[in-house]
Amino acid sequence: MSRHSRRRFLTYLVAAPTLAVATKLGLDAYAPGSADAAIPTPPAPADLVDLGDLLILAGAPTAHMLVLRVDEEGLVHFRLPREEVGQGLTTAMAMLVAEELDTPLDHVRVRLDDARPELLFNQLTGSSNSVRSLYDPVRHTAAAARARLVRAAARQWGLDAQDLTVRRGVVSAPDGRTASYGSLSAAAASLDLGPLVVRPKKASEHTLVGTPTSRIDARDLVTGRQVYTLDLDVPGAKPCMVRRPPTINGTVKSVNNEAAVRAMPGVLDVVTIDTGVAVVAETFGQALDAKEALDVSWGPGTVDGLSDRDIRARLKAATPSLDLLGPLVKKVEGEFDFAFVGHAPLETNSAVADVRADRAEIWSGLKSPIVARAAIAEAVGLPASKVTVHVVQAGGSFGRRLFHDAALEAAVVSKKSGRPIRLMWSRIDDTRHGRMRPATHHRIRATYAAGQVLSFQHRVAAVETDFRHGLGDALTAAAASLPSGIGNATFAQTLFLTTVKSPYHFGITTQTLTEVPIRMHTGSWRSVYSANTRGAEEIIVDELAARLGKDPVTFRREFLRTARQRAVLDKVAEEGQWGRALPDGWAQGVGFHDEYKSCTACLVEIDATDPKKPRVTRAVIAADVGRVVNPRGLEAQLLGGLTDAISTTLRAGLHIDKGLPLEGSYSQFHYARQKDSPQDVRIHVIEGADEPGGAGELGVPAAVGAVANAYARATGTRPRSFPVTFDVDFTPFPR
Amino acid sequence: MPSHTFTVNGETVTVEAPDDLPLLWALRDLLGIRGPKYGCGIDVCKACTSHLDGEAVRPCVVPVSEAAGRRVTTIEGLADGEKLHPVQEAWLEQDVAQCGYCQPGQIMAAVALLKRTSNPTDADIDEIANVCRCGTYFRIREAIKSAAAKAG
Repeated sequence: MSRHSRRRFLTYLVAAPTLAVATKLGLDAYAPGSADAAIPTPPAPADLVDLGDLLILAGAPTAHMLVLRVDEEGLVHFRLPREEVGQGLTTAMAMLVAEELDTPLDHVRVRLDDARPELLFNQLTGSSNSVRSLYDPVRHTAAAARARLVRAAARQWGLDAQDLTVRRGVVSAPDGRTASYGSLSAAAASLDLGPLVVRPKKASEHTLVGTPTSRIDARDLVTGRQVYTLDLDVPGAKPCMVRRPPTINGTVKSVNNEAAVRAMPGVLDVVTIDTGVAVVAETFGQALDAKEALDVSWGPGTVDGLSDRDIRARLKAATPSLDLLGPLVKKVEGEFDFAFVGHAPLETNSAVADVRADRAEIWSGLKSPIVARAAIAEAVGLPASKVTVHVVQAGGSFGRRLFHDAALEAAVVSKKSGRPIRLMWSRIDDTRHGRMRPATHHRIRATYAAGQVLSFQHRVAAVETDFRHGLGDALTAAAASLPSGIGNATFAQTLFLTTVKSPYHFGITTQTLTEVPIRMHTGSWRSVYSANTRGAEEIIVDELAARLGKDPVTFRREFLRTARQRAVLDKVAEEGQWGRALPDGWAQGVGFHDEYKSCTACLVEIDATDPKKPRVTRAVIAADVGRVVNPRGLEAQLLGGLTDAISTTLRAGLHIDKGLPLEGSYSQFHYARQKDSPQDVRIHVIEGADEPGGAGELGVPAAVGAVANAYARATGTRPRSFPVTFDVDFTPFPR
Repeated sequence: MPSHTFTVNGETVTVEAPDDLPLLWALRDLLGIRGPKYGCGIDVCKACTSHLDGEAVRPCVVPVSEAAGRRVTTIEGLADGEKLHPVQEAWLEQDVAQCGYCQPGQIMAAVALLKRTSNPTDADIDEIANVCRCGTYFRIREAIKSAAAKAG
């Protein structure tokens, strides 16, 4: 085995007939940023070390498990220990590989890796962390493969490797001889090539990375060839749906008409599981009819009597008071409510399971597959080593697929029914019994004097966010599940403190979280605490600016901490023609956000001539996420964040009524449609530092601030409760 | 069990199913045609949008018996072999899809719109009510406009 190292990286040759390399990553040093201007705000924890840093550090010892293989056709195969849910990660990773190997992008194949427990922390897709954590190790792995291939050619030709060049996967000698990667792959795998110096390209040498690139799976996505979980052909797997209780976490007491349901057309089996009663049938249409026909007596759930009013009261009561102030202190205050919001990915919760006496195989869209595997093994009574969990590309997530509930249900039904099954949640169940962003309550107060902001205090109370998926491995998931929620609460504090921070110099700044333990199906929702927390702060920033007699953009410029942040803000002000004249009932609004070593500003224009039917008509976004792998993919993420913000700020939320959301489908949960989305969106990517920052969640909070601020200015109101239009304008589906 | 004969993407098929089985499940579960996606089952999300005799329909609410003797076109039948439909090409050009789950339905809805009006206005495009939970609406709009412009 050849082994070599450069800086902190070690690359290994993996035994295989053609070239396969793996790269090990050591600890990355942390370099804190600096801040100056206005009254300095001492660094918050998230300024020093954010959640992404923690994940990178935690995953470092196992990052060497990244494996890249070059086959005899010259195709490069990369196993990605992450989930693709639409964020474009497979494309970004393929670009890194193609860049380092100097091979065409369409020669790179990215496969989502099965659950691999040995990866520990390194198989979690979340916290905008995938590009950040994989950027260096993937490039080193590909660079090592390239070095070996070139060395193999040099050996064959008796030349010095330094004199050879590579273009489009073909190695060339100065005398004109050429050899393709495919032809060199076997030699590169077997020859003792001696120590190799591996140095990924400098950013200035990149020809593909940093250029707008279309998704590698785009053609499959537009032709219907893309395979999602329920499109898989697993032999004999039968459709299955579950009848669920009338309240969250309700239990099955008895099934009163099982024989009659078993006699319905196409019905193959009826099985009671922890979460309801499952029907297995020949088609999903028949499974749906049969589960609707079930007559079940239900036991109580965990929040049966609870409705929005009670939850809001509990949140308000749990929100710590702000410090007492003297009567002469000038202040701006606000108290905010945000409703529950469903993740609502378009592909409902689904899984395929084939559980046998001695082994199990599961397919599902999973962002935390190691935890899923452990839970499934326990539930079906098999050693984890006998459970294979395949990660399938999924139809959206927004945090939802951190949880493995469908996979677990499918495994249990398959075991009980003694056949492979394809389990699908109905949309109504997905909305009512699926996961939600917790409702939150906020108290914010800023004090000021002589044109300066002296303090900025923010107290957040939130229904407990379920982090029992941990950081993706069974150990941390178990820690998060400690009794009394202690583990989960610690986790929540850590996550809050490592993600939430203020981008402004507002003097003494404090942001705290109090969680209210209510047993509902909550979960991280794109940008976790930041959408509400930072969104509400951006509203107060506008009100502070007004109080100090300053324009919202000028005010932000003055108090932002870095030139990098100001450049992003300036970009949207300029490109968005900040301050331009608009008709009555229309207004511009601006918001800013900084997280995961990235920052973004959003400027929108809103038509609120009818305040009940506002429409964002135009949006200009700028972002500096450091080194950008794929600007086109980054723009897509920012566009998605904008649409999320428009939806959740103006119309999309869930009402909880006696222990269950009233909403049951997109006709009731008002996520934006085309008619709610702007006709003009401009996104400007500002190329920043060498290191990539997080980008998947970045777009939401700034856009929440921009939309709310535009609405406030257009209507002359001070919105405090979100979504601003939140009527029950529908007849709920039966429970 | 009643049998129903119709064409799907140019091929004649026969399925045995209750009259009221939604066409979506006849396509997906009995015929293995899985481009049309389930998203709600009640003609709200419109992810399953396909064409019946060239008109956009939602197979989740079309009983299979209604398809008898008619032409069903799903996303799989839109391209001419490997040659994509101009609307699919426009989707690639704008790199519309994120998770992609709604996109077969979005594309089929856009094709139907462009059939009705070759040069759709923003208001026409607004009428496409298909949900895209990734929020790609602006790129969908641009792709429809691009396809319309190229068709000239």
